Order: sequence, then structure tokens, then C-alpha cells
Amino acid sequence: MIIQKQKSFEEILKSLEGEKKVFIFGCADCATACKTGGQPELDEMKKKLEEKGFEVTGTYVLDTACLVGEVRQRGREHQQQIDAADSILMLACGTATQTVFDTLNKLTHPGCESLFIGSVQRLGKYVEKCSACGECILEETGGICPVTRCPKGLMNGPCGGYRNGKCEVNSDQDCAWLLIYDRLKARGKLANIEKIRPAKSNRTAGKARSFVWERK
Amino acid sequence: MSNFSDALKSGKFVVTGEIGPPKGINVGPMFEEAEHLRGKVVAINVTDIQSSVMRLSSLAVCIRLKQMGLEPILQMVCRDRNRLALQSDLLGAAMWGIENVLCLTGDHVSLGDHKDAKNVFDLDSVTLLQAASTLMSGKDMAGNALDGAPSFFPGAVVSPASDPVEPQIIKMRSKVEAGAKFFQTQAVYDPKQMDEFMKKVASLNVPVLAGIVLLKSPKMAAFMNENVAGVHVPQELIDEMAAVEKKEYKKKAVEIAARLIKQMKDCCNGVHIMPLGWDALVPSVLEKAGV
Repeated sequence: MIIQKQKSFEEILKSLEGEKKVFIFGCADCATACKTGGQPELDEMKKKLEEKGFEVTGTYVLDTACLVGEVRQRGREHQQQIDAADSILMLACGTATQTVFDTLNKLTHPGCESLFIGSVQRLGKYVEKCSACGECILEETGGICPVTRCPKGLMNGPCGGYRNGKCEVNSDQDCAWLLIYDRLKARGKLANIEKIRPAKSNRTAGKARSFVWERK
Repeated sequence: MSNFSDALKSGKFVVTGEIGPPKGINVGPMFEEAEHLRGKVVAINVTDIQSSVMRLSSLAVCIRLKQMGLEPILQMVCRDRNRLALQSDLLGAAMWGIENVLCLTGDHVSLGDHKDAKNVFDLDSVTLLQAASTLMSGKDMAGNALDGAPSFFPGAVVSPASDPVEPQIIKMRSKVEAGAKFFQTQAVYDPKQMDEFMKKVASLNVPVLAGIVLLKSPKMAAFMNENVAGVHVPQELIDEMAAVEKKEYKKKAVEIAARLIKQMKDCCNGVHIMPLGWDALVPSVLEKAGV
């Protein structure tokens, strides 16, 4: 899931400067789970904007805001409300914001900060586990990703910076390589990290990435 | 080969020192510190943007040391340069006849004074050692032939006081396989722990210089225990330091360092002294330790 948080209301207001009418989109996936762009958040944003003198021409929670087809169809269904607005405020991730702007060709303001691909520990607590690097090594590292969970992204074991099992960068964070070590040791698989892992290729993580199915 | 590698090969007890480049170009005090080490140590480490606090280039200082007739050990960390820049600087060092290279991971930028900088870590300490070995073989990391291969004496670090220590030893083995010819350790204050560590790594057959950091005050010792990973100053040493008056700290620092060296002399191949500015005391430490 794309973990996200809403931008401050002041920042949103600043982005709407000089405008009077706005349409608000949310998303039923990540934005709803992160409580940034579900129906309750859209209702609240509508109320706050109206208090500041804006006219909200409509709100709608897209099923999945990063699907071009979905955006196109819902855009058509809400054509009048969108046309009546100066802009769209997107209460979802940056991919959603760009999908809407690109698909509907209508000025779309980002209402959220996209933080990372994360796992939901519980409502309000999210942690990053995968960087989508395109070269998964979880099979060898006991299902713990050092590319993501080690702040240095080290590939050949821990640095000398661990204390009491925690990382030198953040004492609330477990040292990823100690977690890997413990897990592999418990399973008799330390050999996995005894061999040298060559320097990682950065090609699969290069921007901007796209992926197209090959024809069978 | 370098005097440092010859000294290690000879089996003598080897002493290295360390200086840290300043933030700025007022290099006088740093080279004065280096002068205190002349004739007392075989080679001098020059730290590379230590603690992620932006400073004058390590390579530049190493070149000057060499011109002054002092043997440098160039420290290189992986935090700031990708594999192109690291290989390029390794070749640059070789051009100046700098062979001793200490390959380290490097501290994270969040620990330093440019917290918004990008962490690179394109390579890690192991793959940086591999890169040095590859260059020596006449190729670069992409497999392209070099026009003139460099010669290095690569080394690495290890933290014997880390808990657990086994992951450090696994990595140390990888470093040896990647080409590390010597090790310098993080500061150690427990000779027994060092002795046990040396027994565990005996099969690697690689020289290890125990790290000696001069204890400047009881406060500094407590600070290291709190904040420096892989360092543990036993309470007895802190108490010993606290029992003397402030003006006696330097004398005590010398006494403790000399005693540690004496106690560890038989288990390791030498010591790496990190005086943190108290370089002037190094000759008396060595004299007292009898090395």
C-alpha cells in the first residue's frame, strides 16, 4: 500500500490561491486505509474549504485512483461538476494525482504526501518493508529486505553501528542485518550471508520505470 | 610495497596513528599533530569526512603527508561516492603512490552536519575492497581493461566489542575474501575480549591492529558508552579516570593506553592509535608501553 499523509490545510489553501471552485477526488484503496482520502476525509475537506469561502462542486471517492480506465469513466460521469470547478484537489497519492491530471487534462492539486510502500501494523502505524528495487533478494535474506530496512542499504552484512540490536541511525529501529542474522541462524541458513553479494545493479531501480507485458 | 605492509610482513609489532582533516584549509595544526607521530608510527590514517561532518578531502591530505615523508593510510567510505567516483579516486591515490587504503562503509549522513545530503552507499565495505582488488588485476568493475594497473595494500575495519560479534566475524571473512590484507579495529578497552576475538579469527590469518582511543575524561568515556556503537569502556576504567584531578587526565590517559597496549601486545599484530587531537601524547604512550 502507498502510505500517505495529508498536506497541511495551509499548504492546500496556498495551492488553491486565486481559485473559487474545486472538485475533490479521493481513493477507496490506500487513501482510505490511511485516512487521507476516504469519504469522511472528503466531507471534512469540503466543509473546511466551504468555511474559507470556496464552492465545492462535488466530491467522489474513486475505487482505485491509479487506474486510468477508472479515472476516465468516473471523470465522464462527473464531467459537469469537474468542468464547473477551477481545479481538482486530489486526496490520494502522487500517482493518483498524476493519473487524474494526465487523464482528465484538468489542473489537479496534490493534497497528500506519498511516503512509502508500506505495511499497516495497525491504523496509524505504518512501516516500510520494500523499495520496489526490481531485484528481490528476500529468498536469501530470510525474508527481510536490507535494501529497504537498512538505512545504508548494505548488501554484505551489518556495519559496526548496531547497539542493543538497534540501528545507529534510529534507536527505535531494529538493525535489519541482525534480524537477518537471527532468522537465518535459527534456521541453519547462515551460509546464505557468508558468501559475498556483488555490488547491486542500479539499473532496475532507475527512474522513470515502466513495465509492459510481452506478447505471448 | 608500502612500509606498512613490509612491517606487517616482518612480524614486528606495528603501530599506526591517525589524523582528521579540518573543516577549512587551516591545516597547520593537523600537520603538527602528524609531526608528533613521525618516527613513532609506521603509517598514519587520514579519516574520510569522519562522522559525516563535511571536511577537507582525505586524499588531498594523504598526498601532502606523502610529500612530507610520512606514510599515509587513505580511508575511503562508501557514503559519498558511487562506484565510478570511488574507482576514480583509487586510481588517483595510486598515481600519487598511495597504496594503503582502508575501506569502510561510512557513517550515515543523518549523524553529521549535512543531514539533507544523499546517502550513496552504491558499494559497501566488502564490494569496495573487491573494487580495489579488481583494479589491481588491471580491470575496472565493468570489466574494462585499465591502461596501467594500480597497486594497493587494502585493509578494513572490524568491531570486536560488538554484541553479537558473530555477524562482524562473518563480514570480516568476506572482507578477507574480497582482498583485505590488514584490519584495524574499533576502540577496544577490554584486553580479555580482544584476546577471545583474536582466537575466533585466528584461522583468517590476517594481521589485526587493535584500536586504541585515548580516554580524555570520565565524561568522554561515558559518552562513548552511550553513543558510539561497538565501543565499551569498562566501569573500572571510568572510575580510575574519575579518581584523579582534571589536570592529571592527560597523564592518566597515557597510563591507561600504555597498559592496554601492554596487555594486548601478545594477542594482536599491533595497535592503531586514535589520539583525537592528543597526538603529542603518543610518543609517551608508546614509550610507557615499551613498543
